[in-house]
Amino acid sequence: MLEEQIRQIVRAVLDQVQEGGGQQGQLATGTKEQLATEVKPAPESARQAPKANTYAPGDTGDDHDLEDLAAVDLQKEILVPSPADRAALEYFKQTTPARIGVWRSGPRPLTRTLLRFRADHAIAQDAVFKEVSEEILSGFNLVRVQTLVEDKDQYLTRPDLGSRLSGPELEKIRRECPRRPQVQVVIADGLSSKAVEANLADILPALKQGLQVHNLQPGREVFVKFGRVDVMKPIGMTLEAEVVVLLVGERPGLGTSASMSAYLVYKPGPDTVVADYTVVSNIHNGGTPPAEAGAHLADVVNKIYTAKASGVKLAMNQ
Amino acid sequence: MKLKTKLFGQIFSFRDVREVLAKANEEKSGDILAGIASKSAAERVAAKIVLSELTLEDIYANPAVPYEEDEVTRIIYDNLNQSIFKEIQGWTVAGLREFILSNETGSGEIRRVSRGLTGEMVAAVTKLMTNLDLVYGAGKILVTAHCNTTIGVPGCLGVRLQPNHPTDSPEGILSSIREGLSYGIGDALIGLNPVEDSVASTARSLESIYNYVQEWEIPTQVCVLSHVTTQMKAIEQGAPGDLIFQSLAGTQAGNQSFGINVSILREAREIALKYGRGTGPNVMYFETGQGSELSSGSHHGVDQVTLEARCYGLAKQFAPFLVNTVVGFIGPEYLYDARQVIRAGLEDHFMGKLTGVPMGVDACYTNHMKADQNDIENLAVLLSAAGVNYFMGIPMGDDVMLNYQCTGYHDIATLRQMMGLQPLPAFKQWLEKIGLMENNSLTSRAGDASIFSAKGGAARA
Repeated sequence: MLEEQIRQIVRAVLDQVQEGGGQQGQLATGTKEQLATEVKPAPESARQAPKANTYAPGDTGDDHDLEDLAAVDLQKEILVPSPADRAALEYFKQTTPARIGVWRSGPRPLTRTLLRFRADHAIAQDAVFKEVSEEILSGFNLVRVQTLVEDKDQYLTRPDLGSRLSGPELEKIRRECPRRPQVQVVIADGLSSKAVEANLADILPALKQGLQVHNLQPGREVFVKFGRVDVMKPIGMTLEAEVVVLLVGERPGLGTSASMSAYLVYKPGPDTVVADYTVVSNIHNGGTPPAEAGAHLADVVNKIYTAKASGVKLAMNQ
Repeated sequence: MKLKTKLFGQIFSFRDVREVLAKANEEKSGDILAGIASKSAAERVAAKIVLSELTLEDIYANPAVPYEEDEVTRIIYDNLNQSIFKEIQGWTVAGLREFILSNETGSGEIRRVSRGLTGEMVAAVTKLMTNLDLVYGAGKILVTAHCNTTIGVPGCLGVRLQPNHPTDSPEGILSSIREGLSYGIGDALIGLNPVEDSVASTARSLESIYNYVQEWEIPTQVCVLSHVTTQMKAIEQGAPGDLIFQSLAGTQAGNQSFGINVSILREAREIALKYGRGTGPNVMYFETGQGSELSSGSHHGVDQVTLEARCYGLAKQFAPFLVNTVVGFIGPEYLYDARQVIRAGLEDHFMGKLTGVPMGVDACYTNHMKADQNDIENLAVLLSAAGVNYFMGIPMGDDVMLNYQCTGYHDIATLRQMMGLQPLPAFKQWLEKIGLMENNSLTSRAGDASIFSAKGGAARA
């Protein structure tokens, strides 16, 4: 019995040795691969990590030594240990914010890549739940209203309430905004307060300047707290606007929690459907920068205004 | 037809088949939002009991949306195989469940019966299934399709390479493609979700991806997922594409809100067959997802599982090459947390397979949901065990354009390696030819996109 066990162990060890020698090019089990291909010096950052993480009670002075993982420019970080063509990989990384060139351990991501991913997910979740800062909003001449939603949790599970305004709020809009504007701009927090905070100061002036070039007169802007896309319908209808432009915080992605979308619609009414919206998305400094987007939006508004159609109907006219 | 039952001494009665179907669902925030979910756990089970005793004929007689009012109902009913339906119309829903799970029943038998099932029947049996039933049942059903290559081959796990980019930069798109290829990703499709929905930019992206695939002789399919009408124009004007894509809803009104109807889809397929570059015969690609009808107010008081099943019934009419649910994309108002997303992912995959469409799943979540990467890794393992045709593959699962997370290149490579699954045969041969696969495994070159620097696209300084 004991002899048989010893024989099994010897056989297993021999098998491992043979596999290690015979299948160097393989990505099979983690150990085998580490033996065959991954014994390499750790990258600079990994070698420094233990020092940065040393716990020193009472020591408060050396925080500038700490690496902020979230601040690392991913487009410059190549983790592939010995790429076939490093210059090519550097170029590929420059062309996209996607998480490429990250390498692997076995088939799994490296720990550093994984932790950065988790960090970016954490900050995105936080962006959903924060409200737009008062300081930002008070810098604009906005009519401020709130949908039927009472808090963020309700906002997430009741899109119907986030698309509706109470009678008094609609009345406020009628009182404070000019009727029948050629263009009505609406701003809503949507799913990212950070998007409004980061983009409004650039996109709004650029949009208004662009509209002026096209001889289009906007009304007074409305800000909607806890607003969904469809909230542009009751506002457009109550003011009898020709074109309504909604600037709204997009659902945050990883590392793009400040992305804004613009929804445009021609004369919204009770029968307006999703296909009637023209959408410009990915407005942020890593996508279409807000100032550029504002100018582009003005051109789109002009197209809609001239064609008297938006969404799929506009696309079909083109 | 009996619409009531006694349970723990209490009588539970239901107004109609629609109410039974809705209340028999596992809990979903979307059904609660629509005001049609069961009011208690006991009522949910009572609805399941009533449902289990309904016959397929009872369900046939009560379509979720009336035949006269809805073209999705009409197209499914008009193309139902009458002979097969007559054979099974007396079965109860419980009987259908046990037929699917029986050791005497194989894929062929299920595929045949499937021709006599409406979406509502497919949904009904799903509501009686546990999660393991859904994994096991779906695993029995083989559905293959062919465009340039064959998908759904047993023992294979396919993947759509999704190289999205925040500005549709052709070079940026190619960079994500190269990285994906180096992990063995892209056998089902290289399919881009574009930022800009215009004919010109759709054509430009199709050209750059298609040319790259031609240059490297990659055995796969190419598609740019703009609105169907945009793709139709681009492909009719000569842009190179293998498949035409569209999102589907389970009601006519839902499809109207997507700007489509049955006749547009028919025309799209004709254009794909006439001008598309693929071999065929399967040239359409559809995406679905529970909750889309409610989100556009076109659900007619019907629950989201039933409407989802009708999407697959609609999809089947156009002989698609790919169909996948984008489960978890829609948000917490329809699928609140990880538990609901996992359940929906298993339901959708099973329902697609039972309907007879080549079903994949975009196992995903958004940042405003109570779910994270761990949860969709769980779902992906379950679906791989269930024989899912394909997943999505994205760099680290992070879509830098659509702002959501799904399965990453590493995840697909891991699932294949761990579960003994292979890339689709033609693609696997190609991986072997370029030295990325050997003896059923990725080689040490895997994960280095720069092995694809030799040719194609990049106009480097």
